Amino acid sequence: MPPASPAVVIDGLVMRYGDKVAVDGLSLEVARGSVTAVLGPNGAGKTTTLETCEGYRVPQGGTVRVLGLDPQRDRAALLPRIGVMLQSGGAWSGARAVEMLEHLAALHAHPLDTSMLVERLGLGDCGRTPYRRLSGGQKQRLGLALALVGRPELVFVDEPTAGMDPQARRTTWELLEEIRGDGVTVVLTTHHMDEAEHLADRIHIIDRGTVIASGTPSELTRGGRSATIRLVVNRPFPEGAPESLRADLGPGTEVRQLDDVSMLIHGPADGTTLGRVSRWCEAHDVLPQTLTLGQRTLEDVFLEITGRELAS
Amino acid sequence: MSVGTFSPAPGGASLARMVLAQSRMEARLMLRNGEQLLLAIVIPVIVLVGGVLAAGRIGIDLDGHRAVDVLTPGVLALAVMSTAFTSVAIATGFERRYGVIKLLGSSPLPRHGLLLGKVLALLNVVALQLVVLVVVGLALGWEPTLAHPPRTMLGVVLAVGLGTAAFAALGLLVAGALRAEATLALANLVYLLLMAGGGVVLPASTYGAAEALIRWLPSGALGEAMRATLVDARIDVSALLVLAAWAVAGTVLTARTFKWE
Repeated sequence: MPPASPAVVIDGLVMRYGDKVAVDGLSLEVARGSVTAVLGPNGAGKTTTLETCEGYRVPQGGTVRVLGLDPQRDRAALLPRIGVMLQSGGAWSGARAVEMLEHLAALHAHPLDTSMLVERLGLGDCGRTPYRRLSGGQKQRLGLALALVGRPELVFVDEPTAGMDPQARRTTWELLEEIRGDGVTVVLTTHHMDEAEHLADRIHIIDRGTVIASGTPSELTRGGRSATIRLVVNRPFPEGAPESLRADLGPGTEVRQLDDVSMLIHGPADGTTLGRVSRWCEAHDVLPQTLTLGQRTLEDVFLEITGRELAS
Repeated sequence: MSVGTFSPAPGGASLARMVLAQSRMEARLMLRNGEQLLLAIVIPVIVLVGGVLAAGRIGIDLDGHRAVDVLTPGVLALAVMSTAFTSVAIATGFERRYGVIKLLGSSPLPRHGLLLGKVLALLNVVALQLVVLVVVGLALGWEPTLAHPPRTMLGVVLAVGLGTAAFAALGLLVAGALRAEATLALANLVYLLLMAGGGVVLPASTYGAAEALIRWLPSGALGEAMRATLVDARIDVSALLVLAAWAVAGTVLTARTFKWE
């Protein structure tokens, strides 16, 4: 197979649990050597989609090809070539962190040096700790190490930084960028838009089991019809302020009061909106201390398409 | 593209290496776990020592044999049952619960490799148990029959092998169908019931009217086969056939019902 062919091709995937449709005709492609983020709220169908790629679930409709192989029929040929980081669990509760990593290494022909991985992922302090006593962040880092130790061509990482502190999160991002640099294809699911924006070459936003937008982070956030305005004032807003401001701004605007003195406004990205906000402040006798027009985020993109918040 | 630390070099190890790694890991975890050790070694030793001491104090014989000569083969059978059934069921139940089987399902280790690794780990632990219990038995004055040592050895190998297969298949049947907590409860309950009333430690003939039924249980069949070979240098073919039937039935049912997740 030529290396230019996509690492993952999903075409019209349908998955149901009972009469609930989890994945509804989803199609997407993942280019080789890229980091691709599957972004969406909880319950959007991200994990189910990944699990059909990993061969855990049989597609009920549509086709899935991973590295050109059928994850069901060609399971034995595919599994040695991919690495999987589960959303949770995956280790014996009594196994020590390093022991677990060495076990997975022993199942592969050319594993990575486990002591290097332990050091890179900051697992040195807890190497002899049984899995059940690791912190959430340590379990996540071990999970990532387990996915990488077999030197896969393609790794699937499900919510890789959930439960991590900012420092560990940063380290994990750097590691994921490095493995992409070394030629490993990365598919990650996340419901953190900043993670997708920071890491991904390409983002597929999914909601209710289908892809609702795809593109590079800048394609998705460039231009667009809307912007986020952050308003902070010098004293508490009068009662009914969000409703009154929304009435002044006209249709197509969302106003959300964050606390006594600050609001977030999603609306058309033009000067008129800013002007109307400052006139409203004048009329209601509050003085803007911050009035900033934020760059359009993936959150805005999601909100525009679905009318709902990505993460609430 | 230059060769970096993480440059792909995928591939599974050979099946033999994977199976060995899996069996070493599982045996180590089994021996590290306090409750499993209790089942594997401590309880059988207590039953053996307690049984022999009690029988000595009240001065009873069993079928005209010294108590220690009848109880030791029974306790060896008990040890096989505890590991092959209860330990395997509980360990596998929690492997399902904690996603271990799921993670291994995405590794190069195929499912038959996982099963082979389990069987090898199990046989290692059983061998260790038998060594400890034989030493304890000998220390208590156990004299296995020396009428026909090759036949006795063959009988032990057949009984332990078929008994392990039958109980492991039943253990996996429970673990593959129920939730981990239910498996834990049921595996322990069945173990206690069979230890007390299943003809493992005490000969089926001591149970009166229930004898015929007990001979059909895997516990009774294993106990009888061990006693026949170690007390009388006799191969109890009907008991071995009962064990083989349980092994086949258990395997077929497990293959049909086992859920990997």
